[in-house]
Amino acid sequence: MDLKLLDAEPTAAEREAIDAVVGAEAANGNRVARRDRHRRQLLLPALRAAQRRVGWVTPGALGYTSRRLDVPPADAYGVATFYALLALEERPPEVLHVCTDLSCRLAGAQVPEGATPSPCLGLCERAPASLRTIAGAEPREEQIPPSSPPLPQSSDLKLLRRIADGLDPTSLEAYGAFRALERARELGPERVIELVKASPLLGRGGAAFPTGVKWEAVAGQPAKPHYLVCNADESEPGTFKDRVLMEQDPFALVEAIAIAAYATGCEQAFIYVRAEYPLAHARLQNAIDAADVGVEIEVRIGAGAYVCGEETALFQSIEGYRGEPRNKPPFPVEVGLYGKPTVVNNVETLLNVPEILLGGDDRDTRLFCVSGNVARPGLYELELGTLLSELLELAGAEPAKAVLLGGAAGSFLRPDQLDLPLSFEGARDAGATLGSGVVIVYGEQADLVDAILRIAEFFRDESCGQCVPCRIGTVRQEEALHRLASGKPQGDEIAVLTDLTQVMRDASICGLGQTAANAVDSAIHNLGVLAQ
Amino acid sequence: MFGAGGGTSSYEETRAADLIILWGSNAREAHPIFFHHVLKAVNNGAQLMVVDPRRTPSAQWADLWLGLDVGTDIPLANAVGREIIEAGFVDTEFVERATTGFDAYRESVEPWTLEEAERVTGVPADAIRELAHAYGQAQNVQLCWTLGITEHHNAVDNVFALINLALLTGKVGKWGSGLQPLRGQNNVQGGGDMGAIPNKLPGFQEILDDGIRAKFDTAWGSSMPAQHGLHLTGMFEAMEQGELKAVYVVGENPAQGEADQQRAERLLRGLDHLVVQDLFRTATAELADVVLPAAATLGEVEGTVTSSERRVQRVRKAYDPPGEARDDIEIVYELGRRLGHDLGSPRAEDVWNELRSLSPMHAGMSYARLDELGGIQWPCRDETDPGSLYIHDRLWADVVEERAPFQPVEHDPPVDTLDDDFPLRLTTGRRLESFNTGVQSGRFSSPLHVGGEAILLAPEDGERYGVADGSRVRIVSRRGSVEAPARYDATLRPGLAFMNLHFPDEVATNVLTIDATDPKSGTAEFKATAIRLEAV
Repeated sequence: MDLKLLDAEPTAAEREAIDAVVGAEAANGNRVARRDRHRRQLLLPALRAAQRRVGWVTPGALGYTSRRLDVPPADAYGVATFYALLALEERPPEVLHVCTDLSCRLAGAQVPEGATPSPCLGLCERAPASLRTIAGAEPREEQIPPSSPPLPQSSDLKLLRRIADGLDPTSLEAYGAFRALERARELGPERVIELVKASPLLGRGGAAFPTGVKWEAVAGQPAKPHYLVCNADESEPGTFKDRVLMEQDPFALVEAIAIAAYATGCEQAFIYVRAEYPLAHARLQNAIDAADVGVEIEVRIGAGAYVCGEETALFQSIEGYRGEPRNKPPFPVEVGLYGKPTVVNNVETLLNVPEILLGGDDRDTRLFCVSGNVARPGLYELELGTLLSELLELAGAEPAKAVLLGGAAGSFLRPDQLDLPLSFEGARDAGATLGSGVVIVYGEQADLVDAILRIAEFFRDESCGQCVPCRIGTVRQEEALHRLASGKPQGDEIAVLTDLTQVMRDASICGLGQTAANAVDSAIHNLGVLAQ
Repeated sequence: MFGAGGGTSSYEETRAADLIILWGSNAREAHPIFFHHVLKAVNNGAQLMVVDPRRTPSAQWADLWLGLDVGTDIPLANAVGREIIEAGFVDTEFVERATTGFDAYRESVEPWTLEEAERVTGVPADAIRELAHAYGQAQNVQLCWTLGITEHHNAVDNVFALINLALLTGKVGKWGSGLQPLRGQNNVQGGGDMGAIPNKLPGFQEILDDGIRAKFDTAWGSSMPAQHGLHLTGMFEAMEQGELKAVYVVGENPAQGEADQQRAERLLRGLDHLVVQDLFRTATAELADVVLPAAATLGEVEGTVTSSERRVQRVRKAYDPPGEARDDIEIVYELGRRLGHDLGSPRAEDVWNELRSLSPMHAGMSYARLDELGGIQWPCRDETDPGSLYIHDRLWADVVEERAPFQPVEHDPPVDTLDDDFPLRLTTGRRLESFNTGVQSGRFSSPLHVGGEAILLAPEDGERYGVADGSRVRIVSRRGSVEAPARYDATLRPGLAFMNLHFPDEVATNVLTIDATDPKSGTAEFKATAIRLEAV
């Protein structure tokens, strides 16, 4: 409708790839036509399909997608350019994305000629890591190194039990009956919510909101339909826990989603997984196809945007818009996906639910992604309140001059702070946050200046640019740090950085901007890096 | 309708609608100002349904488009009415209190089952049912139409068919629901309001009413005959019969705008005397004995215009008209003076105040109040009256004095029938950037005039008749033929062709059209012409 289209035509291959997502064009001569107002939700999947076919989003593919989805080409271009993994300029069908983020730097990552540097790929336990994308008739993505190492921990596991036992993640038979889902149906939605509320379960995505309270709020909304979104856009540098869960225990996630959807009255659920997790996509799709759990579950795949892990940006992305966060309030429990009441839960959060209903192991455990200068990097599961120093010992950490807790949006701790209890309160008392459970160990030889310059670069690159404090603040932060690092400060740079920290915290729309200065600020004020 | 010549509702209600139906209207292109209110409604969650033979840009915005055959609006509307009755969506209380003739209506629509309507209109039965149920169930519905309904030989019956649906469901005369014939220019409504129609004096006052005529005769010192005048097509008939010998054309271009253009031009040439008053030297002006150059309404004169929602708004003079051009009021008053009648002060505000003294529905609209309120919607009966967002609320009064009658109507297919010699249905219409015969919009170059005039064909028809995309083709109707480039357009289904009328100097589309006219409205059947294509 009213589209001013480009002249470029798609190739037959592109047309076929896009049609596979949006459906074939109706023949002319019909007497009825309908407009699906949610149609543009197919924009990102269609552009992704076109790129996976030929290696980049050509003007022909962009124009054809625009026409088929009733999205103005300029608008579609705006969406396509939002995502780092979509290319609008010609490039070879095969691209090597080399992680140059925090853990992989510590492991000596090098970007070979012709490869593209990449933010964290979520493969930190096997750093240095990369991802190869191969376009063509049978497109695929390869994680490098290809194989997932075994869990470093074998005892006291709860969420990770099945994984440690080596259960076949592709077999519904091996997973067995959905006992927790059956139990939920016996209990009824209200009782399920009561049990979750009575449990100590807090959201594991970073904000630590009580899960039961969120569910109750959505279940009680009169507006219909309700949606459930599983946030699996795990992109916090140093985080890989949800990837391991999705790759190794996908049926449990499907069951947990079904329970949450049942309790909150959702007929449709989405799992939004970052594009860098090809094995997780395949395993989840396999599990969804194999299992019948009474709710429609759709896997949505991102295209390289850290900010889409913010829940409202994630809605924007699913709906086919640029992943720019919305103002809150209204909160998603009232106005979420497509403006409807929406439950958003992190993968790890949801996976805690079945055990709550079955009343088995009632320990409140958390997953920690340990990487950096340690002998046994990987995923650890510990009861909340365990000391950080105990975790470091389990992982065989080198003597540390600093530990980054909570990821790029978290904080650096000094060696004398490592006895803090790993709980929300314990972290808070130390001025830190558990965030997404990231623990990156910086040994005696590690370069902390390099680390904070990378963190500043990361946020500058990932800022969506929508609000001024974050768009300008992340650039100014990086510039000031570079001047300090090169020994050419202009005036009191520390004061400038402290001001920026406060402005970004106070005035940014979303958590990205609000936390973009956390780690840098803690490095300067807590560790004294660049402070003189 | 119901005795007042205007849409019942306002833009404000349109924006708040739950359902908007555009029936025979491509408002996206032909009524872009109205359509932006529609889009606001759509963005607020309103459903949009479009009934049109073509999948127009408006239809492409619609949640549901119904592509009926040209000239089958009555079968479709009657089937919708029947389904509303069947499904129990009739507002029985409203029908009993505020209408007459329901039983006859029910009988008249009885044959129009969904299946029968599908057979005649081409629209699948389930889509017709969906339209009926949506109309029956929505709270606030605006049913809008334009020339797709009225440019037919049975235009008035088409309108009745739609009004019947509103009466059936009580969706008129109250806030939120109504009937809107969209006006194609900023002041079509005002023209009718001011009495520029053959049967009414200003304010839609009946000329045959002795009391009304006496009021005007007293004010004007005149003695008007108690008879209706002629509408445009009536005038051409009178010219043909030699009864009409002199014509004064103000701001119209009938030499190119009338159906069967060759006939129109011949008759205009045969007049004893033709006066044309216009901004431009139109094709009609070329035939005139006297041309009176007129000033433009926007910027060059003082006065008012009245929009589709009955809102009277001020226009103001910003600069003097060029050359010898003069304000229409001045020209008419000077003509009156030379013919021996002093029409009074030619100041726009004085003329307006005279109107207010004679037309009760304008009585409360002083220039000061029009300024203060940003325009006023009629009726506005005195200076305390805020004007009327919607009209016909009398239908919801405790006692309905004058009930609204159902008007049963029968299907009457287009006059220009399809056969082996003329197998294609040509329909005409507007496009966004051009206006009618192009007098105002075609005289300058614009990147929007893409391709000029062309006949648009379904690609299937192009192949079937051996007409390549972009090639020139001769288009032949029973009245004449023209040459034009052919362009393929995938929004047309096979059997349906489309032309504009915006570039008559390039392609005289109205050479093809038929002047079969509705005797009640005087509008010709521009929308349904039978044609064939010939190689050039």
